[in-house]
Amino acid sequence: MDFGFKRSPSSAVNLDTVDHARYDRLVQLEPDALTCIGCGSCSATCTAAPWSGMSVRKVILGLQRGRDDEVDRMLSRCMLCGKCTMVCPRGINTRHLILTLCRLDRKGEVVR
Amino acid sequence: MIYQGKQKIWADYQKEIPDNHWFYVRSCIRQNFFPASEKYFLAICRDQLGRDIYESEHHTTCAGIAYHCDTIPQETAMTVVARQFALMTEAGYENLVTSCITSFGNYTEILETWRQFPELEEKVREHLWKACRREFKKPKYVAHASDLMYKLRGEIAERAHFQLVHRATGEPLRIVEHIGCHYSKMFPHKGVGGAEYPCVLSGMAESWGGRVIDYPERRHCCGFGFRQYFVKANRGYSLSNTHKKFESMEPYRPDAIITNCPGCPYFLDRWQYVISEMEGKTYGQNGYGIPVLTYEELAGLVLGVDPWNLGLQVHQVAVEPLLDKIGIPYDPARKYLGMDEKKIMTPGLPTSLKCF
Amino acid sequence: MVNRNPVIAVIGAGIAGLEAARQLADLGYSPVLIEKEPAVGGHVAQWNRLFPDMTPAAEVIDALKKQTAKIRTLLGTEIASINRLKDGFSLVLTDGTSLLCQAVLFATGFQLFNAAKKEEYGYGIYDRVITNRDLEAWFNTRKDMRIKQPEAVGFVHCVGSRDLKAGNTQCSKVCCITAIKQAIEIKEEFPDAEVYCFYMDLRLFGKKYEDFYIKAQRDYGIHFIRGRVSEVGEAIDGRVVVKAEDTLNGKPVKVTLDLLVLMAGIVCNPDAQHYARQVGVSVDDDGFLKSRDNIAAITESSRPGVFFAGACTGAKTIPETLAEARSAALNIHHYFNKRK
Repeated sequence: MDFGFKRSPSSAVNLDTVDHARYDRLVQLEPDALTCIGCGSCSATCTAAPWSGMSVRKVILGLQRGRDDEVDRMLSRCMLCGKCTMVCPRGINTRHLILTLCRLDRKGEVVR
Repeated sequence: MIYQGKQKIWADYQKEIPDNHWFYVRSCIRQNFFPASEKYFLAICRDQLGRDIYESEHHTTCAGIAYHCDTIPQETAMTVVARQFALMTEAGYENLVTSCITSFGNYTEILETWRQFPELEEKVREHLWKACRREFKKPKYVAHASDLMYKLRGEIAERAHFQLVHRATGEPLRIVEHIGCHYSKMFPHKGVGGAEYPCVLSGMAESWGGRVIDYPERRHCCGFGFRQYFVKANRGYSLSNTHKKFESMEPYRPDAIITNCPGCPYFLDRWQYVISEMEGKTYGQNGYGIPVLTYEELAGLVLGVDPWNLGLQVHQVAVEPLLDKIGIPYDPARKYLGMDEKKIMTPGLPTSLKCF
Repeated sequence: MVNRNPVIAVIGAGIAGLEAARQLADLGYSPVLIEKEPAVGGHVAQWNRLFPDMTPAAEVIDALKKQTAKIRTLLGTEIASINRLKDGFSLVLTDGTSLLCQAVLFATGFQLFNAAKKEEYGYGIYDRVITNRDLEAWFNTRKDMRIKQPEAVGFVHCVGSRDLKAGNTQCSKVCCITAIKQAIEIKEEFPDAEVYCFYMDLRLFGKKYEDFYIKAQRDYGIHFIRGRVSEVGEAIDGRVVVKAEDTLNGKPVKVTLDLLVLMAGIVCNPDAQHYARQVGVSVDDDGFLKSRDNIAAITESSRPGVFFAGACTGAKTIPETLAEARSAALNIHHYFNKRK
């Protein structure tokens, strides 16, 4: 029966059930990613950001909160210029982080 | 859960509810959804407990729906409320008791606004005089009908024919209590028990023998916000709110839900039907739903009123399993006989939610 | 009147009082320690390990106790009344004795915010919600029914701090570093547990505090979620369901935990306000005692003969408190010299 409306899913991220296999694998291969403080220096300096919305900060957080589609979209727009690596105050090798992520599939398995 | 912790908070938020002489204002919609609730509130408080509760045939809506739907400006709503106060003053009463919880929130909000902006009160007095030549005094006390019944719960318990106890096992029934958002979320000190752990309904349920369930989404709104559901396309939000609550309370296997708002029991009752049609899921035992009652209906059941006189046949979710658990006798054949013993129509049955 | 051996009333025998008394005694004066609890050491005596070097609190307290063993200490005693005289002060104590002194040092410290006031967090209602003080006590005694092999632990920063509705708009300074310290200690105790810190801002201003943060993230995998906890509920198995806003993600977040630790903040000690008024010293609008100057004279009050040390003027770390205690002792020394 069509009631004319549907049930909307909750927008809350449930940390009990979110799948973070890809993030776990990433920090295994690039442990410094754990030290990201979300300052946004990377996003602020990103060459691609004004047109693509790429942000390493959002990638790292998105992996932990199940925003996989967005993460993949952002990764595909990175130009690998390395400016984010230059400015990261925690010294994360963000370029290596991005390249590592591109080698993993959604389940965190190394495929490339 | 540390019960004494809750008791301590309840002690901080006790209200001095006057005992007698109330001016009653009804709800716009409760008589459609829960036909006998207001009638039995008056019957119990007046006839059984001897209280003076007066209602005027001239009183109107509090304009809460129109106000919250943004169809009238605040001053108009205030003038309508001022007229209600004028009727109360003319009848010689100082205590106002409301049937609807949004009404309660509306009156409380308006009185608080006038307290902070006295010039607005003056303006509304002028408006009322110009509109219908009435003058008013502000009520000394505004309470919700559930506050009053909370205060009288001991006297009701003394006269109770039935307890909220499972007849076969002797276990207290598991009751979910759901408080209307306008009760204490706006003004925590105006609600018995405050905003986080209100005890107006749990106090009643416990006095009458039941056990109250605290589940994670207890405080969550049921979604009966006028803006949410008035437009059909938005109703999905309302449904989602209630669905969240049901998913959260399901592991506790509640026997009944009691509420003190006009909209909440309506939604908690009807959305169980919609969820069963959309997803095939039911939340009660054996394919039934969880019966939803207003506190007046619960008080009536406990005092031995016939369930069909209480209007329980109009509920979507079958109340018969609950009646059987408590041991309240009822005649299934008389369910759809009206006041004058003539058959009112029988509703169709849902696809998956079991009903009688 | 020149007093050859001036007496100083030191109100409070926490670390501020003890250290100041030690200095005053070394300088040749007669301090008298007045402590309302049955033992010296104040709050620090109940803690387990101190940042940044994880020094055992007991070491600090024992050292101070040894150094002040010969100083006259009145335990379990409070002040019934305190009055200013022409050349000093007279105190009447709750044990019935009276004390004449030439200077008063307030070392009354702070009070921990009553976490039950934040009703939405359920302290005192739900079994698995404790405070930073409870956790620190558990590290000392290992006796708390609420802490049982937790698999998921949460820390809520800013409980009763930076909160107008809770009556304290100030930051309590040390809770962020304490939360991280305790989070690391929990991880050391229960290495497989998931630990979450819910913060508004991380205030890690001190020496080596940021190293704690880096360690917590990289070596212990502690999760930091920027956002306020809105409410805590109880699941059917007694665990707590915590709802919070995840501001960096822009969406709410929900998690089920075995233990929730509320970082209760530092608020003023109401007893101190009461005594302060009796000697004509003002209380600042944050509730703490008001120094003569917040930069150049923090240990001096606006009235002669009354001095402050430690958290009675505001949230302080332990090294700051000890430094102020020594500084106050020196101020008192100069005060007496000038009067000669």
